[in-house]
Amino acid sequence: MNVPLKAIGQPVSRVDGPDKVQGHARYAAEFDQPDLMHAAMVLSTIPSGTITAIETKAARSAPGVHAVITHENAPRLPYAPMAKRPQVDAQGGDQLKVFQDPTIRFNGQPVAVVVAETLEQAVHAADLVRVSYEHADGHTTFDRARGRAPSRGNEKAGRPADTEIGDADAALKSAAVSIDANYVQAREHHNAIEPHATIAAWDGDHLTLHDKTQWPDNDRDEIAHVFGIKKENIHVVSPFVGGAFGSALRTWPHVTVAALAARVVQRPVRLELTRRQCYTSIGFRPHTEQRVALGAAADGTLTAIVQEAFGQTATYEEYAETTLDPARNTYACPNVRTRYRLIEMNTNSPCPMRSPGVATGMLALETAMDELAVALRMDPLELRLKNYADRDQHKNLPWSSKELRACYRVAAERFGWSERTPEPRSMRRNGHLIGYGMATAVYPSHRAKASAAATLLRDGTALIRTAGSDMGPGTYTSMTQVAAETLGLPVERVRIELGDTDMPYAPVHGGSITMASVGTAVQAACQALLDDLAGVVKASPDPRLAAFKAGTPEWRDGGLAGPGGVISFAELMEGLGFDRITAEGQSAPGNESKTHSSAAFGAVFAEVEVDPDFGTVRVPRIVGAYDIGRVVNPKTARSQCVGGMVQGVGMALLEQAEWDERFGRPMNGNLAEYVVPVCADIRSLDVTFVPGEDTIFNPLGVKGVAELGLSGVSAAIGNAVYHATGRRVREFPILPERLLMG
Amino acid sequence: MVPFSYTSVADPQAAVRRTSEGHGVEFIAGGTDMLQLLQEGVRAPLELVDINGIGFDDVSVAVDGVRIGAMARLADVADHPVIRERFPVVAEALHESASPQVRNMATVGGNLLQRTRCLYFRDVATPCNKRVPGSGCPAIEGQNRINAVLGGSPDCIAAYPGDLAVALIAADAELMVVGPKGERTVLVEKLHRQPGSTPHVEAVLEPGDLITAIWIPIAAGGRLSHYLRVRDRATFEWALASAAVSLGFEGTRVLEARVAAGGVGTTPWRLRAVEELLVGRDLDRALAHEAGERAADGARGYGGNDFKIPLLKKTVTRALMRVGGISPGEPA
Amino acid sequence: MLEVDKDRARHAVQPQHAFLVTLKVNGEEHRLNVDARTTLLDALRDRLHLTGTKKGCGLGQCGACTIIVDGRRVVSCLTLAVMNQGKEITTIEGLANGALHPVQQAFIEHDAFQCGYCTPGQIMSAVGLIQEGRTRSDDEIRENMSGNLCRCGAYTNIVDAIKDAIAHGLDPREAMTQAVEAIAQDAGREA
Repeated sequence: MNVPLKAIGQPVSRVDGPDKVQGHARYAAEFDQPDLMHAAMVLSTIPSGTITAIETKAARSAPGVHAVITHENAPRLPYAPMAKRPQVDAQGGDQLKVFQDPTIRFNGQPVAVVVAETLEQAVHAADLVRVSYEHADGHTTFDRARGRAPSRGNEKAGRPADTEIGDADAALKSAAVSIDANYVQAREHHNAIEPHATIAAWDGDHLTLHDKTQWPDNDRDEIAHVFGIKKENIHVVSPFVGGAFGSALRTWPHVTVAALAARVVQRPVRLELTRRQCYTSIGFRPHTEQRVALGAAADGTLTAIVQEAFGQTATYEEYAETTLDPARNTYACPNVRTRYRLIEMNTNSPCPMRSPGVATGMLALETAMDELAVALRMDPLELRLKNYADRDQHKNLPWSSKELRACYRVAAERFGWSERTPEPRSMRRNGHLIGYGMATAVYPSHRAKASAAATLLRDGTALIRTAGSDMGPGTYTSMTQVAAETLGLPVERVRIELGDTDMPYAPVHGGSITMASVGTAVQAACQALLDDLAGVVKASPDPRLAAFKAGTPEWRDGGLAGPGGVISFAELMEGLGFDRITAEGQSAPGNESKTHSSAAFGAVFAEVEVDPDFGTVRVPRIVGAYDIGRVVNPKTARSQCVGGMVQGVGMALLEQAEWDERFGRPMNGNLAEYVVPVCADIRSLDVTFVPGEDTIFNPLGVKGVAELGLSGVSAAIGNAVYHATGRRVREFPILPERLLMG
Repeated sequence: MVPFSYTSVADPQAAVRRTSEGHGVEFIAGGTDMLQLLQEGVRAPLELVDINGIGFDDVSVAVDGVRIGAMARLADVADHPVIRERFPVVAEALHESASPQVRNMATVGGNLLQRTRCLYFRDVATPCNKRVPGSGCPAIEGQNRINAVLGGSPDCIAAYPGDLAVALIAADAELMVVGPKGERTVLVEKLHRQPGSTPHVEAVLEPGDLITAIWIPIAAGGRLSHYLRVRDRATFEWALASAAVSLGFEGTRVLEARVAAGGVGTTPWRLRAVEELLVGRDLDRALAHEAGERAADGARGYGGNDFKIPLLKKTVTRALMRVGGISPGEPA
Repeated sequence: MLEVDKDRARHAVQPQHAFLVTLKVNGEEHRLNVDARTTLLDALRDRLHLTGTKKGCGLGQCGACTIIVDGRRVVSCLTLAVMNQGKEITTIEGLANGALHPVQQAFIEHDAFQCGYCTPGQIMSAVGLIQEGRTRSDDEIRENMSGNLCRCGAYTNIVDAIKDAIAHGLDPREAMTQAVEAIAQDAGREA
């Protein structure tokens, strides 16, 4: 029996903190390789057409250049289909195959890569490549008329074209009170501060990739299929990821470009995207337009929810989102209809960005709920409570846990919601209009198969290894805590290694599944290690261990308890004569998703301050209360929630790609004109976790944090802007002009 | 980035000689805009002449004015006690511009000549008359949220993005310039050229001309002044609209007025109509509104930047109120 | 699409593109050949393998590459290596002096980062900020830390960490390691 040291639940400072604050943590582009060469890509400048000529002579003869690779001279790559398309890839269409044909599918598509001795030489030579095109008609406008249902692959992946419970349209017509409105969510870019980068090095037919990835194991699989080689021949190393927010879930074409370039020049090659290239070489949150219509009885009881979404996708591949999930199960309502359509455009493929789909769907739904509250002359919080969903009505299953009521109560109290005067424009301070707004936050909880290895070393310390990533939430730290508690060791005596395909398999580090998946695997590995150790002790002829053989082993205080006290791990290893003992542990989802629906919940309250003349909106404070199940580390969990709030400020007020339909190109591809929140935009952020554990969902009792932290934030801010100004802006972000004009 | 040569010079005459010898030889000082332009492939100099060693980096105070060396860094000028006390419009224009790091690097001389942030100018994948004369102006019918509503031509609507030049106009500043033909002075107000049909020619400077100092006459220091900018996020962003206001009063009566706007014009934009309206009248809330209404005289929006017209008016009104010590009052 | 392509052929002087430079980084002198185009950031990362200084945008728009040059915080992406000869350059690797610098320690305690990529730049910027004395209010700290983007959104924790570092006796004048300060003073005397 394991007596826990209570490492779980403690606000342990990041175990990788010392490395990060001293600049010792190494990210993908930072692994020095002997004879490293540098690659620079040439990207298309038209959205649709064919390359008619590609002039590379000047580039080839530029100083330091070793290769210029285009569709004309690139090795043909097999691009073997994968037996099962990983869930991080688009579920329809076909991925972009680099340099395999002259067709241009979007503006910003790689058409050549230059490899040179230095970065400066590569970049300059790339500028010397001249590409001629024959333009073809394409689709660069977001035209709802071209909306079509998702393909079967996406339907099967939980992005259905149409769903209905009851008769929502009829219920809407006969509702005592109803609202019906359209909402626009701009195309957003992840803009993790670390640009995507790959270092590829071949040794014969073995490939090593230092890559920015949220899923090393899948990165390996994908490249194995592209090149038609065994995945065992590929080693992906990615110990640190400088933020990703979904942009590094899948393996993008530039990873293939780097590996291809390295193969051609027979030297290690580094390819680092420029910031501008990050707007077209990786994905983005798709521009989405939605209609929400809500009907309610006079007392606020919802009688109809209709939510329809149009999302943009690429022409070559079909990416779809779970935009309409929230409509189906956030509130109790007998009549719910959803409709999802995709609009193909000549653009690079969109991809998940923090709280994918759900953040977009919640933005519309929670704004609409606020509009309904106004129409009902009802407090917006009361309206949510009135329609509290005690079950997941879409799946017709009970929640494995749900403490949303507590979230509403705690957050409202901490925010001072009761001080809100309901009339718009009724609150003022220093010449500014003040508004209070709120929204529900939700994100479904999932888990996936994962494994980990736990090793006890001769000195009595433990080493945990798993191939999963840590892009910032604190996986290193939280896994250390899980291991420490399971083994009965202090956290200082546990070391963890991540992000390497030589380590046990881990699922994607995304969708807030890491703790429930990898965490439970670490727990299982540590338990297996203790079981193995107990077995070895039982079998040991060493007389000193005789006293520890009776009954169920009790692990505590960094060792095994017996009648005469505790024998430490180090003494055990010494006595057994072992240098190390390793056990693997697996975890996988069980039956729980068939018996229960699982989700993390929260309530978000925001205050805004609007300059009535300029239309500028500032956010003095946001208060959130969250039900994330068991909190492994309140310090790092809080950081995830405040991070979500900050991104929510961006989504609500600042962030948008400025798309030029003539070029099919986001024009503000930098960090000066694609505006994200800075330090001065953020003042007070308050986070509380309500008590709860979800042991139905998984043995650790955790749910998930990251996606939840963004969910609902932008709606809460938008609702506060309405309360401050009396203006309902339905096009996000809420830029000054949207308050000043029209 | 194209290959270029590099020379460091220690005196301004050498710098002038070097750069007047041929096209493609450019000064580099703070480098904060030059490096962006090089990295994005917008500029392709043959040689950079590093003028960081020439001196001209101090602020000296004389009885009749203040001389700011062109090589002085934005942060130093913003923090200079005389600038802060006597020319708040200048200090405020510098104080929250760019980022603290960039303010430590960028020179005031270079700042005056910073290039537009127009999305098409900065992205070499698209045409731009300013970057490649004759290639066209996609901004006019494209993404022009940050572009100019004043001074545009059929060939260019790129906005001048800076703050300092706008404030200096309100402070009657002039520039000391040395060039191949000797020294001369140029009023800051006259430094920039309207795009017309030659948007690639942005200033009245010739090859080899080097700004060595900014001169602010002391008379401007006798006026009350303020710089106000409006941006999407709280800071570290070029202004959507800004106003520099410098007023001389007798009681509440405006004796002298300088008003200029930034972020809205193809050049730093002096608002003479606003000034004329103010002079001789008592500044109160009503006059501030009346004057603000004139701020956008002649303005034209191109869709995405239409909002800058009302925004400019309100920015000027607010800046006038601040200088006049008038509360904007409660929102309606 | 370049402005002066047409002038390139006319350039009479044989251009010099490569330079032997001496960079003094964290108190140590490094001699290296650089291209005139090499930014100080790329020289630090790719030539001296001091990868603690991060590249986030290469355009001065994110602050990840913030270092201290001659006592002032700057972005190393917006200056050329060849322009920084003889200057006193301090990077994140040179900040800890045996023990962690108080700002580094405070960043860990206040969880002032998540992914850690912007962190060295934030810390160097904070050190510069404290030395500048622009820490008289939360608002002043926020304004003057706004040159450093943090996409993980650790801003409130960053502000808390900076205040904590100051409250725990980090004298603004000691914000930089003593060596750097001494050299900054020397530079001041010469000027």
